[in-house]
Amino acid sequence: RISFSLRQHHIKKKKKLTTSLIMSGNKLIINSALRAASHLRSDVLPKEASKVAAAMLSSAPSGGKHTLPDLMYDYNALEPVISTETMTIHHSKHHNTYVTNLNVALEKLDTAVNQGDASGIIALESALKFNGGGHLNHSLFWDNLCPKGYSELKDGPLKEEIEISFGGVENMKQDLSAMTIGVQGSGWGWIGYNPKNGGIECATRANQDPLEATTGLIPLLGIDVWEHAYYVDYRNVRPDYVNAIWDVINWDAVEQRLVDATKKIE
Amino acid sequence: MKIHHDKHHGTYVANINKATEGKPEKPILDLMADALEATPVRNSGGGHYNHAFFWEEMAPFSQASKTKPSAALEAMINKSFGSLDEMKSIFAAKAAPGAVFGSGWVWVCVNKKGDALDIVGTPNQDNPLMKGVLGEVAFPIIGLDVWEHAYYLNYQNRRPEYVDNWWNVVNWDKVNSNFDYVTKNHSGVPVKG
Repeated sequence: RISFSLRQHHIKKKKKLTTSLIMSGNKLIINSALRAASHLRSDVLPKEASKVAAAMLSSAPSGGKHTLPDLMYDYNALEPVISTETMTIHHSKHHNTYVTNLNVALEKLDTAVNQGDASGIIALESALKFNGGGHLNHSLFWDNLCPKGYSELKDGPLKEEIEISFGGVENMKQDLSAMTIGVQGSGWGWIGYNPKNGGIECATRANQDPLEATTGLIPLLGIDVWEHAYYVDYRNVRPDYVNAIWDVINWDAVEQRLVDATKKIE
Repeated sequence: MKIHHDKHHGTYVANINKATEGKPEKPILDLMADALEATPVRNSGGGHYNHAFFWEEMAPFSQASKTKPSAALEAMINKSFGSLDEMKSIFAAKAAPGAVFGSGWVWVCVNKKGDALDIVGTPNQDNPLMKGVLGEVAFPIIGLDVWEHAYYLNYQNRRPEYVDNWWNVVNWDKVNSNFDYVTKNHSGVPVKG
């Protein structure tokens, strides 16, 4: 039994994003006012304001802790393409470790920022890219997967764009499959939206390098080809895994990302 | 072991043979110095050399446990790292998931000058013999595969546990002979195949 509603999920996600944007916007304004106020003697500030001031002023520059997102489906939902065992380890161990280590790196970043330690900030670059990328990539990955038969690529903006950019769905699948299978070592295959020309294209990234931060392409569909993503089920035969994963792609999520990406530009 | 040897290593051998078809036969060691000049040689040639090197330095626990570093190697280890335990600890740090991102290898090498040992990580199928991979070429005497395929079935994401346990199957007799060879010849260790 699989129980989830895509629509509900997207609405919830939008609400969460909007709320956090509002909060961080307010934080900026309040922070500067309070910083100015705190130059006055602190016993001049009303008690409530100084308490709030303390909380605001100590808030982490990097925005606080990240958490492992829940999957929208059970660990067994992607069988037989991806096994329960793989999903369990991949989500609760691998992705979880990226989240944990990202939080560690961000804590160090906040300390370095607060101390004005430029060298310390720069030293965190690879840990942030690796763990931040790992968290971003996997969060995107889970959401562009769904149980077999749940989603199909219907007529709409995504299918249209695929026709334009690739000449057809089969061409797109062949191109992305070939590139993704060909990744040396660990990495990802992506379809991304190119805001410069309004088209979509395939790209691969090594390790956990995040697509948007390193290429400017907005991620629409990701395929993880680190060996941990397929080794239990396919051993060394990566082509079988990549060819099979097309059966569990959540086309609705991919299309929604394209719609959101094109809206951002307008 | 079976999949690692027959499939992964087997594929590298097939691919390097394809890439060098029609060219004069050369030992795989000889292809390593200039491997960065041709991607197939770098990936498949490196893959072949690295795995051939890997198999030869290991032995079943019953055999391996009876071996230890030679006096000469022990002296070099102590000079370079302080002790064997410290060497293993630096090695573990270099092999950690946050140090070798994704796929790669960790090596104990004799440096180019030949006066100390270094521990280095290299990505994918690169190795220290290849010009351009490290600041300067170095000569491996110990190497550990930390690609996920090397440990996933037994350890899943627990790479540190794999690295820790791996020392139990290191054949120091072979490592000693690697060290002697490198010390005498200032070149990489030849491998079978």
